Amino acid sequence: MSASRPATNPKAKRLQNLAGSRYPLWFAASEGARAALGSIRAHSFRSFLTTLGIVIGVASVIAMVSIIQGLSVTIGQQFEGLGSNGVTISSFTSRENWMQGRIARLTQSDYDLIRYRVDGLESITPIMQANGQVRSGSKATATQVVGSTYVYQDVAQYFAENGRFVSDSDNETRRRVAVIGEQVREDLSLPEDPIGQFIQLNGEWLKIIGLLEPKGEIFGQSQDNQVIVPFNTLASLQGNRRQPDMWIRFTVRDLSELDNINATITRLLRSAHNLDEDEEDDFRIQTAQQLQDTFESILNTVTIVMSGIVGISLLVGGIGIMNIMLVSVTERTREIGICKAIGAKRHHILLQFLLEALVLCLLGGFIGLVFGYGIGALAASLIPGFPADAYTPWWAVALAIGFSAFVGVVFGMLPAAKAANLDPISSLRYE
Amino acid sequence: MPVIELSAISKHYEMGQQLIKAVDRLDLTIDYNEYVVFIGSSGSGKSTLMNIIGCLDTPTSGRYVLNQRDVSGLDENALADIRNQEIGFIFQSFNLLPRASALKNVMQPLIYRGLSFGDRKAEAERVLERVGLADRSDHLPNQLSGGQRQRVAIARALVTNPSILLADEPTGNLDSQTSVEILALFDELHADGQTIIVVTHEPDVAAHGQRVVRLKDGKVLEDRLNERQPTSH
Repeated sequence: MSASRPATNPKAKRLQNLAGSRYPLWFAASEGARAALGSIRAHSFRSFLTTLGIVIGVASVIAMVSIIQGLSVTIGQQFEGLGSNGVTISSFTSRENWMQGRIARLTQSDYDLIRYRVDGLESITPIMQANGQVRSGSKATATQVVGSTYVYQDVAQYFAENGRFVSDSDNETRRRVAVIGEQVREDLSLPEDPIGQFIQLNGEWLKIIGLLEPKGEIFGQSQDNQVIVPFNTLASLQGNRRQPDMWIRFTVRDLSELDNINATITRLLRSAHNLDEDEEDDFRIQTAQQLQDTFESILNTVTIVMSGIVGISLLVGGIGIMNIMLVSVTERTREIGICKAIGAKRHHILLQFLLEALVLCLLGGFIGLVFGYGIGALAASLIPGFPADAYTPWWAVALAIGFSAFVGVVFGMLPAAKAANLDPISSLRYE
Repeated sequence: MPVIELSAISKHYEMGQQLIKAVDRLDLTIDYNEYVVFIGSSGSGKSTLMNIIGCLDTPTSGRYVLNQRDVSGLDENALADIRNQEIGFIFQSFNLLPRASALKNVMQPLIYRGLSFGDRKAEAERVLERVGLADRSDHLPNQLSGGQRQRVAIARALVTNPSILLADEPTGNLDSQTSVEILALFDELHADGQTIIVVTHEPDVAAHGQRVVRLKDGKVLEDRLNERQPTSH
């Protein structure tokens, strides 16, 4: 009864000789992670449902970003064809004028003005677009008709696969010739080599001189449903029904002269259009770069808005996790009491539940990442020439995973704190 | 040499207007290798006293020296360390972790000691063998009988080599045959030098103790040495 402790408890020394970890916090974290993983595995289906919100959130981030980035790359590639020194003049109708029915137009005389009065241009071409019906025999199809010149093939990156493109002399002499797209050839059941065949556009006969290289579809819209005719031919075919609108594209010889040239054109067009000093320009002069920048800024806005929506969905997912974690803490009240009775400190319990929420969220994040890549790749495969999966930027992945970790920590904190603050005596009595 | 010295320990609760004195200025000393049984009817304060001795609860006033260390004023985390190092709990309803195997349950307290997995496993296996459950170490609690579960709980209490083994109605959920086996195990542990404190209301269990402390209204009503009964087997 009065024996001293070492004699009564000879093994006590043995246990004390086994060293505890030298890094208690790291040890607690790794043991907490072990316990968290065990608990997630024990309720694997429930854990999956819990993290579904995160899965969907992250999947939509990744899919959305990869699609938008792919889109941006596709558009960028199309703009590359325009060349960085290409400039487009288009008509511009302000909102007020438009409501008053004063629709601005660029006309043939504007084109002639610029062509003959502006120095330093390398090339210049008018572009006119019209929708029309083309016929061949008993077949007819609706198509887009572009009237332009030789320069257009560089502008739009349309090249003749068979035959030749519209030439300058075609334009000058208003030859009734056409270069058609693959889709038009198919729709009109023309032979593989349609050169020399005739088609009818708005009742006028045109001779086919070339077949365009097929380009495929963008957003389900065929790019091969085109008929290109000389600009003057189209203008004459339109007759004098009305003044058709058009674009003017030009390239400059020396890029540093661009500002001067733009100023000259602005002055010429303003005086030609009889604009008062206080009136706005009724046309826009834009470089390809500016157009591309405009598109990109639109895409960036879309990205930001979509990110906000997706962020909200991740937040909702986080609330779902918090909800289930709170239920789980209540369910395991007794276990927590037991652990506290046998020596668990607050940080042991806190870390275990916090890590459980974190691991759940990260798990959801990674599953969502895989799904998102899948959706992005699917979208890419539906749209030819769309390099989606290659363009999911690292920041989107980092953001998605980082945000899910953040959600896990934020929404895991409340349940974990609740668990850590449980009173051992009442928890042990909890039924 | 005392392992527990309680001097003027009180635990008061306020319930509405009423002040309930669960434990009232209680003095008690327990030496190493004593086998003490607390008995008393419900409401006698034995559970509260048990919680205080087990460092799950702190007294309202008084001084509690456990193993030459004053633990009356320690904070929550320090008390968790004391529970881990000095106390081995055994509960009426076993209180095993339901999703952990017998071995993992026994290893659990050593996590809070900071021992590596290998050390924890070796210690737990040693103690499970001591309570005769080496062959059941990978079973979950619901795959074990009541007696086996209580043995796992005893192994978990012993694995930290505690100064005192604190058992609250350890045979309350067991049939009489299993109770006898568990009490025999207590006798063996006592013979090996373990200090044991049991709280019970069953005279059969009390008969195993060396010393019987009867509580009433938070005070010691009777403190006597038992005539040591020879174990029946």
